[in-house]
Amino acid sequence: MTLQASLKNYTIGFVLSVILTLLAYGAVVNHWSTGWVLIALIISLAIVQLVIQLVFFLHLGNETKPRWNLLTFLFMMMVLLIIVIGSLWIMNNLNYNMMMSPEEMDTYMMQQSNKGF
Amino acid sequence: MNSVVTKAPHEHDDSTTKLGFWIYLMTDCVLFATLFATYAVLRGNTYGGPGGSELFDMPFVLAETLILLTSSFTSGLAMLAVHQKNVRQIVVWLAATFALGAAFLGLELSEFAKLAGEGHSWQASAFLSAFFTLVGTHGLHITAGLVWLSVMLWQLRRKGLTAHTSRQLGLFSMFWHFLDVVWIFIFTIVYLMGVA
Repeated sequence: MTLQASLKNYTIGFVLSVILTLLAYGAVVNHWSTGWVLIALIISLAIVQLVIQLVFFLHLGNETKPRWNLLTFLFMMMVLLIIVIGSLWIMNNLNYNMMMSPEEMDTYMMQQSNKGF
Repeated sequence: MNSVVTKAPHEHDDSTTKLGFWIYLMTDCVLFATLFATYAVLRGNTYGGPGGSELFDMPFVLAETLILLTSSFTSGLAMLAVHQKNVRQIVVWLAATFALGAAFLGLELSEFAKLAGEGHSWQASAFLSAFFTLVGTHGLHITAGLVWLSVMLWQLRRKGLTAHTSRQLGLFSMFWHFLDVVWIFIFTIVYLMGVA
């Protein structure tokens, strides 16, 4: 890749990242939406920015075969998703089965600690 | 005469070194994944204290985010200067990266000091323990990056742009871009989702 093309790539990556950051910030601060729609929107914006930085800053796209960087990245993503989704799933089930929300658990623990345990 | 030149065992080419460092970064991602999972599980457990929406100062966090993003860009520009073998430009962009990184770290530490000073330290609740661990681990990586960067600036002065220093600079820019990628998710999951 020529130097001009590399400079262009970094600049495109930077400008797009700034725009995506400001969009996500604006969506939350100005309450463009609420609840699950807003959460889904800002997580999607984060994932788009992840892909942009991987391609334009870390050059993950233009690797020659065998694509070891991409393969290790995909394997890491699999481990990451198992850890994060698995933890949330198990811990939410645990709270549900104990019939306590995190807030109720807090209240319960404060009662216990007031008793001197 | 045998004309085949064999490499000494310690001389691998740059692509192997880069792949090795990339694999380290991927394992670091798994470390951050465990901290993100912990934070996501504990974010509601505020022990009667305030949650993220009352504690986080969003314009301040946006400034931090844009500063770190710009420093990721300037470290990329330093790499372009490495390809041109232009030492003066390398030093200028690395110094800019250092200044922006140090500004980011300063802002983060002042946020931590403000929270702890108002009684919202890591001991106050499970939510705050998880918050300080996740954001603090990222800050620790930034600190390590700044130390690495100052060592490289010193090496550039001492040795100039050798095969060794340019390889190190390549690894550093990967590390620095990676830290900005992690910050996208801290910004989104901790701060934006905290006040949403």
